[in-house]
Amino acid sequence: MTSTTLNVNGSLHELELDPDMPLLYALRNHLNLNGAKYGCGLGQCGACTVLIDNKPVFSCLTPCSGLESKTIRTVESLGTADRPGKLQQAFIDKQAAQCGYCIAGMLVRAQSLLERDPHPDETTIREYMATNLCRCGTHLRIIEAIKHVAGASHGQ
Amino acid sequence: MGNEFDVSRRAFLRGGALVVTFSLLPIGRVLADTEVDTLGTVVLAPDLPGSLRTNPFLDAWVKIDSNGINVYTGKVELGTGVKTALLQIAAERLQVAPAAINFLTADTALTPNEGYTAGSHTIFDSGTALFNAAAQVRKLLMESAAHEWGVEPSSLKTNDGVIESASGQRMTYAQAVQGVDLHRYAEAEPIQARPSDYKLIGHSLQRLDIPAKVSGGAAFVQDMRLPEMLHARVIRPPRPNSTLESFDAQSIKSLPGVVQVIQDGNYLAVVARDEWQAIKAMRNGYALSRWSGGDVIPDAQHIHELLTRLPATRFPISHEGKPTLPSGPSFKAKVTKQYLMHGSIGPSCAVAWFKDGILTVWTHSQGVYPLRTGIAQMVGLPPERVRCIHAEGSGCYGHNGADDAAADAALIAMRMPGKPIRVQWMREQENLWEPYSSAMLTEVQANLDAKGKLQDWNYELWTTPHNERIVNAGRLIAARLIARPFKSAPSIPIAQPEGDGDRNAVPLYTVASTNIDMNFVTVMPFRTSAMRSLGAHINIFAIEACIDELAAKAGSDPVEFRLAHLADPRAKAVIKQARDAFGWPTKTNRPGAGVGFAFARYKNIMGYCAIAVELTVHPQTGEVEIERVVTAVDVGQIVSPDGLRNQVQGGIIQSASWTLYEAVDYDANGVRSYDWSGYPILRFPQLPSKVEVHLIDQPGQPFLGAAEIVQGPMAGAIGNAFANATGQRRLKLPLTRSSNVAHG
Repeated sequence: MTSTTLNVNGSLHELELDPDMPLLYALRNHLNLNGAKYGCGLGQCGACTVLIDNKPVFSCLTPCSGLESKTIRTVESLGTADRPGKLQQAFIDKQAAQCGYCIAGMLVRAQSLLERDPHPDETTIREYMATNLCRCGTHLRIIEAIKHVAGASHGQ
Repeated sequence: MGNEFDVSRRAFLRGGALVVTFSLLPIGRVLADTEVDTLGTVVLAPDLPGSLRTNPFLDAWVKIDSNGINVYTGKVELGTGVKTALLQIAAERLQVAPAAINFLTADTALTPNEGYTAGSHTIFDSGTALFNAAAQVRKLLMESAAHEWGVEPSSLKTNDGVIESASGQRMTYAQAVQGVDLHRYAEAEPIQARPSDYKLIGHSLQRLDIPAKVSGGAAFVQDMRLPEMLHARVIRPPRPNSTLESFDAQSIKSLPGVVQVIQDGNYLAVVARDEWQAIKAMRNGYALSRWSGGDVIPDAQHIHELLTRLPATRFPISHEGKPTLPSGPSFKAKVTKQYLMHGSIGPSCAVAWFKDGILTVWTHSQGVYPLRTGIAQMVGLPPERVRCIHAEGSGCYGHNGADDAAADAALIAMRMPGKPIRVQWMREQENLWEPYSSAMLTEVQANLDAKGKLQDWNYELWTTPHNERIVNAGRLIAARLIARPFKSAPSIPIAQPEGDGDRNAVPLYTVASTNIDMNFVTVMPFRTSAMRSLGAHINIFAIEACIDELAAKAGSDPVEFRLAHLADPRAKAVIKQARDAFGWPTKTNRPGAGVGFAFARYKNIMGYCAIAVELTVHPQTGEVEIERVVTAVDVGQIVSPDGLRNQVQGGIIQSASWTLYEAVDYDANGVRSYDWSGYPILRFPQLPSKVEVHLIDQPGQPFLGAAEIVQGPMAGAIGNAFANATGQRRLKLPLTRSSNVAHG
């Protein structure tokens, strides 16, 4: 166990962690954050996606050691069920979920796209979201929700 | 081999003798007339609608007390939005706001036993029960108030849970219930309502579960954290029926955080304080265990030929009319499908806690009551000392690892009384140990008469089971691995008209004669069980291919040919709507482009679906790009239009993935599909460019169910569009992984 300080969603947390522990488990079990989900542990599905220094990262593959100076953001940073953020609200408005297990990862990945390109076209969205799997077939609504935010910032 | 005819079971059910025979049967259930009541549901009131047949008491559905209005369903939320839809129905018929209801889903301590949440049955069974029970409860409450006030019930109104008289008297439902006993059978006669008056049914309510799911709320069983909860991982054999030769439990016990190592026959598990410690212990456990033997795994190349040689029971499915001497053109083909995975994004998970003599299991199983039976038997507790509570998991689309993970948690929890145990399967464990959807072979041979009408329809299929649900402990993996293992109950197919591998094997089209049989293969090269639409996916794919080929031979447009062979006006209506919205017939001049059409009524008794697809097969690569999908569906009275649309869109995408890309990859050395690289599914760039869903509402008509109606028709439409694009009829699923590469 090593004392590790993680900067998550704007707060510093000093945790006693196994240095090889993937960030996913620190978030879920040591910080009680449910957003990042275990899907494959292999970086193949994107359910565990979080932002590290504004880049989307598979938290299931990223060891906690070496994250001390980094800024970590999870879906929880975007808003709450009562006060959802803009992208979360778009997912609610479009009812862009079926089982919803992949959805937090989808939101975080989409957020990273919108932060670097606020007005992506549909082809860009499809290509960018290709890392994240959905098994229910909610893809069309996820795209609609992202497009809604992308378009809304145009004032449309 | 094994070609004895078994007519008895089907004839038996056709006689409607299910109730009488049930009590005479030696084990829990030998007959299943639907996918949902594999175990534990007993028909008590055959004349009542929906699940009131099995749970006829009104207070099984609605209880009113000082805490408010409690409504119960034995069905579960699998990600299809049914929890919200069922609540809409109950609130509509109780005439209260949805928020006024405390709504509980499957829990063996509290809710009715509605068997499994499966087979597009939820709104059909539970929705129908709530539709009737809730209205009857409201009527009884009004009668109670009327009696109290000495007025006619018809003079009363209700307003948001309050009964009001013409003279201004008011009584809440909670007060009115004092004068009525809800522990009584429901009435068979439905309380009529004008669908145009509905404020909730037929309207799109936002789903209750989505806000938590987009914001990191505790939404899934994976998110449960109980006090002092421990984390467990299982260590599975390299393949089914391998024998453990040696295991170094001591080394693993000494690892940091490990509190227990469980070894019982071929069953291995580790328990640790922290989840990452459990994972590391598990990995060590895999490295420090030695196994021998195990099931022989066949070669994927020869699986369909193997299916025809394995022991099977032959079931007659439909033998109507008299075969004639063929007078017109005919079409004959073999159609195959490989094993498919449910492929949930979240591997299975469960939490169990053995405390004060009661074993409580939180599970994303589709059937908490059947699971309880299996677990109770496995751990040796009476069923009433086992409580299974549904907690949402990742979408399952059928019988995946959920029940087995619950059994793991239960088995481990029993050895660690007082400690909540969370078991999370790893990705490779889900992929290697979930029951697959069966590989299948079907043979179709059909012909036209001299006038170009369908004449004789011959169809034979080979399949392993699609319904290995939990009828006893032996259906659970953990119970098979322990030192005193349980044996799985014999495999029994779901009877027609619902069907198993033979679901939708009988075409709805008018034919002069049918000769349809199922070879139910009882020795399983891989354990198989229910996956969304069961055999309907390949059967409809095969039927729709044959229809297109025969339409061409008859010189008819395939859509007009279908219409000419259907009598049901609702079937015709969805076809016409899809045809017109698509602009059929249409043909683009792009190289490799093609269009295809398909139709089915799910199980021939449930929802209707017609689909038109436009796609391009790239001549060089054989890659398929779906440009446009237009569908029209009729599921009876629509409860939530947006919920229905969501299900249909999802079905289109999932079926496209199955049909174009998916197959479990294996050979004698084992299964290679242990992760997503070995089992690729559709990703965003492969999505159809445009999907259009048309809903045909049937106000006042029965609920028919929605979740599985698309799987077969979408496969059929893709297959027909592919043939239209390439001039080649490809009949081996998945289409883009066939050995013969298409050329335009």
